[in-house]
Amino acid sequence: MSARVTMESQPASPLFEGYGAEARRYQEPFDANGAIRPHWRALVDELEQNDALQMRQRKQFVARQIRENGVTYNIYDDAKGAERPWEVDPLPALIASDEWSDIAAGVEQRAALLDRVLADLYGPQTLISKGLLPPDLVFGHNNFLWPCQGLVPPGDVYLHAYAADLARAPDGRWWLLADRAQAPSGAGYALENRQIVSRAFTDTFRELNVRPLDGFFRALQSSLQRLAPKGDEAALAVLLTPGRFNETYFEHVYLARALGVPLVEGQDLTVRGSCVFLKTLGGLQRVHAILRRIDGDFCDPLELRGDSALGVPGLLEVARAGHVLIANALGSGVVESPGLLGFLPGICGHLRGEALKLPTIATWWCGERPAREYALAHIERLVFKPAYPSQQFDPVFGNTLSRKAQAELRGRIDACPHAYVAQELVELSHAPVWQRGMPQGRVVPRAITMRVYAVATGNGYVVMPGGLTRVAAKANAAVVSMQRGGSSKDTWVLGAAADRGVIPQSLPATRTVRVRDIVRTDAFLPSRLVENLFWLGRYCERSDNITRLLRVLLARYVDGGGLGPALAGALEMCRALELAPARASPKAALLAAVTGTASGGLRDTLERLFRSATRVRGRLSQENWRGIIEIQREATALASSRPGIGDAMEFLNRLLMSVSALSGFALDDMTRDEGWRFLMIGRRLERLQFHADVVACVLRDLADDGTPNDEGATLEWLLELADSIITYRMRYLSAPQIIPALDLMLFDTANPHAVLFQVRELQRDIAAVGDGETSEAQALRDIDSGLQACDLLALEASPAGDVHRRRALMAIAEVLAQTGAAARGVSERLAARHFAHVDDISRATLSS
Amino acid sequence: MSTSIEYAVEHATLYTYEDAVSRSQQLLHLVPRENPRQQCMHQSLAIDPEPSRRSDHHDCFGNPVTLLEFDQPHRSLSITSTMRVAIEPRAEPDLGASPPWERVAALFDYRAMRPLDAATLDASRYRFESTYVRIKPALADYARDCFEPATSLMVGVFALMQKIHREFRFDPAATLIATPLIEVLEKKRGVCQDFAHLMIGCLRSLGLPARYVSGYLLTRAPPGKPRMVGADASHAWISAYCPVLGWIDFDPTNNVLPDTQHITVAWGRDFRDVSPQRGVILGGGGHELDVGVTVTRVAGGS
Repeated sequence: MSARVTMESQPASPLFEGYGAEARRYQEPFDANGAIRPHWRALVDELEQNDALQMRQRKQFVARQIRENGVTYNIYDDAKGAERPWEVDPLPALIASDEWSDIAAGVEQRAALLDRVLADLYGPQTLISKGLLPPDLVFGHNNFLWPCQGLVPPGDVYLHAYAADLARAPDGRWWLLADRAQAPSGAGYALENRQIVSRAFTDTFRELNVRPLDGFFRALQSSLQRLAPKGDEAALAVLLTPGRFNETYFEHVYLARALGVPLVEGQDLTVRGSCVFLKTLGGLQRVHAILRRIDGDFCDPLELRGDSALGVPGLLEVARAGHVLIANALGSGVVESPGLLGFLPGICGHLRGEALKLPTIATWWCGERPAREYALAHIERLVFKPAYPSQQFDPVFGNTLSRKAQAELRGRIDACPHAYVAQELVELSHAPVWQRGMPQGRVVPRAITMRVYAVATGNGYVVMPGGLTRVAAKANAAVVSMQRGGSSKDTWVLGAAADRGVIPQSLPATRTVRVRDIVRTDAFLPSRLVENLFWLGRYCERSDNITRLLRVLLARYVDGGGLGPALAGALEMCRALELAPARASPKAALLAAVTGTASGGLRDTLERLFRSATRVRGRLSQENWRGIIEIQREATALASSRPGIGDAMEFLNRLLMSVSALSGFALDDMTRDEGWRFLMIGRRLERLQFHADVVACVLRDLADDGTPNDEGATLEWLLELADSIITYRMRYLSAPQIIPALDLMLFDTANPHAVLFQVRELQRDIAAVGDGETSEAQALRDIDSGLQACDLLALEASPAGDVHRRRALMAIAEVLAQTGAAARGVSERLAARHFAHVDDISRATLSS
Repeated sequence: MSTSIEYAVEHATLYTYEDAVSRSQQLLHLVPRENPRQQCMHQSLAIDPEPSRRSDHHDCFGNPVTLLEFDQPHRSLSITSTMRVAIEPRAEPDLGASPPWERVAALFDYRAMRPLDAATLDASRYRFESTYVRIKPALADYARDCFEPATSLMVGVFALMQKIHREFRFDPAATLIATPLIEVLEKKRGVCQDFAHLMIGCLRSLGLPARYVSGYLLTRAPPGKPRMVGADASHAWISAYCPVLGWIDFDPTNNVLPDTQHITVAWGRDFRDVSPQRGVILGGGGHELDVGVTVTRVAGGS
């Protein structure tokens, strides 16, 4: 079977030259005679007219979009780090309109059926008592959540979102491979693929009348609103994610945005009384609906898995009280077992009085003696899978097993037959994929499977007209999996003129927003998010400061061919701030400061900036996020090369541009809500602390041994560091002198880089976020008066000279040192006041 | 009926925390379930500090459960359950009357469209892996010599109880609640929970239903009888199912068929389903736990 059979008749298109189609498989674009299928005609025509260059541009366009939109997918155990770019083939998968009607009807029926199966399993369990379903597949399944028995969810709906994994067999029909009922992933990626690929083929996309996807997300949204037990209130729905290490975290961010709901983690929610609340900056907000991306058994460490740090203790009791909608209902994962597949035809007949519309891949549950005997007699033709996810083994392909391995498998199955399922091997259909890495790009065949989504509405299930087509990594792969490095395709369901407008008209209209419903603040800002915005602000500013300092040093090092005495001080400061290693030559120290990975250094700070940005990604505009990705990319690129001083200088220049762009986004692009205010507070505190510390340090140096020559050069780099050199030159048209320089950097409240400017802005922002008088406000007022009391007059040259002047410099340095310390104190108190209730306080499950 | 024996039970749990606990949610199995031979005349919970919320219901096994919520900072949590329970002596079961064990196991083999009666359906809930009970060939092997072909089911279970009691040493230092059964089997040491889990694992590995029973033992033995092991704390034993005799309890720790000295609180698949007190706390740091169980005979019997 593994020999490659080439078609007798080549497809009638130069596009498929050397394509190597296998006759035993269904070929998506052409039939057994090589004739292009009618619904592929337009795309094939378009591709034929393209030369290799155009195709390469398309491929690059897609890759660029993925990179810029930051579409990622986390591969577990990937040494290269958590995130890796999502893979999309530029060529879409095409499904003809009539073919789609069958698929959609089949998926809709399955969703409705599994919903009723769940209602029975968590209710009267008649399917088991009547012998339609083995008790093993329920009571032996680790996703059957025992405490959820008898719990009827709002509206008696268990399965709000469902997905079917389908594959096309050689007979041309789509067969069901697996049901996804826990928390089906991928719909967000499907939408993202659409947005990218439709733009790569604008004309063909329009010409083919491809059916839109967005109705699906509106249906999901209105379903949550409709079913949520909200009383008279507007329902607050949230998307509950396990966090950014989950393989599909990007999708959670994307979906939350598409649905317009806050993205929350378990620790953002809390159960009080018999309701669940979102912890926000403004206090607790009742949550009415939770769209969960956490497996059911992890959702409540009190009643379900005690080792779960992802869930919300007490959530089950809230569900039991009927005070929250959880989608899908807790425990829905039990119907994902492949063991069920063989029993569903009978169950469908029993519950719905009709036959299953989608054919199911032949499946034998080994708990049943005749099935087990058949499976064990045909090992080499079958694939063996766990009946329950707790089994944790990869599918075993009988045809790859040695005699010894076969006997071993037999032994395992005999010991616990009900935990095993055997399935027929399917020859997956092949679709053309644009081959990369070839000088002359070309299409090659790859196996595909398709995931199709359905959502519960008031009028039954609505199926997304499209889906996520997944592509095997290798030509002869038997399993298609994104975890195994596969790629994906946008799925185009071609519209017949008759069925435009997919979502039924009878969908409940979304609530009309009247004037009195207008919302001007975001009431649902999780405290954790605000804390991360605060840190994002701090890290942005810290990156900016460090970059400037290193650039000042590098620029002078390059210009002067070495470090003069003025710069020796600056390098010392770098070392004091632990930005550069202590024991290296100036050149080595400077390079290490740019490329090294020491904690608190430039790269470490950029990494922290990136991490905090990841955590608040939902709040950042696409452009802002791209800017951050760009910084990350630059830093990684620099680290992997061995840069010279010139490269490092270039890097710092580009970095400074990018980091400045981030401040621009913060000022122009973000809604000025409380989150924004904390971002700005973070920036200002960081700037205040840095400048106060640096100037204090320089003043002490000058007081110690400042000679007039060095003083000018020192002040010059200090002004550059404070981004105030241009203003200084315009005002004074001369080399920097101590009195005007200090005035500009410390006391000029029109200068956004001046120390006093930060203090004034902070007073305003902190008054805006706090209620009433706070110790932070008091601390800032004290700094303010301390700074105002500084006496520049004392620096005017008097014949008494040095001693007098020295004392004056030290006095100002002292005030600045206090300012830096106060900034740290304010930061800590803010954190305690606003974030601490979601801080990493240990949470433990104890059992006696 | 004057044959029943009445007990007073006090089960006191005291958690002392190193740091203040700002929030706490607790799930209790401290109220005894009703069963035909056991009647609970009085039951109360003394809780300190006062919970901010309390709700009582039954879990999916029919055991009473209490959910508590505390939202004020506290440094200790004391829960004392007191009850009066009357137990009637059981009739001596005729273990040999139960069918051969293979026939009982086969009763649970799935056959398409064969209806299950309520008792069989209920028993089939206790045949699979659960948190603390894995199904392993090694466990089936251990029990094999008690279940020779055609051995009457309950005779086999009785023999298994005797074997465990004979070969295992009671040793509170040997295991933790999370110690895997295979390790218990190798060490041949453990406490009542381990012996119960082990026995359940052996039976389930043979395809037979078995459940975990938690409860109490009389603290001071009646005159002339030895004091049982496990009397100062919660005790655990097992129950096995026979289609003819119904559920019959076995106590592998004490090598007896529980009678009037065992007070049943709850049953489930394993300890995880019926732990007396399970909670999630916020804060607290380290903690110390003090548990005391006192069971005294108040009236009845001879």
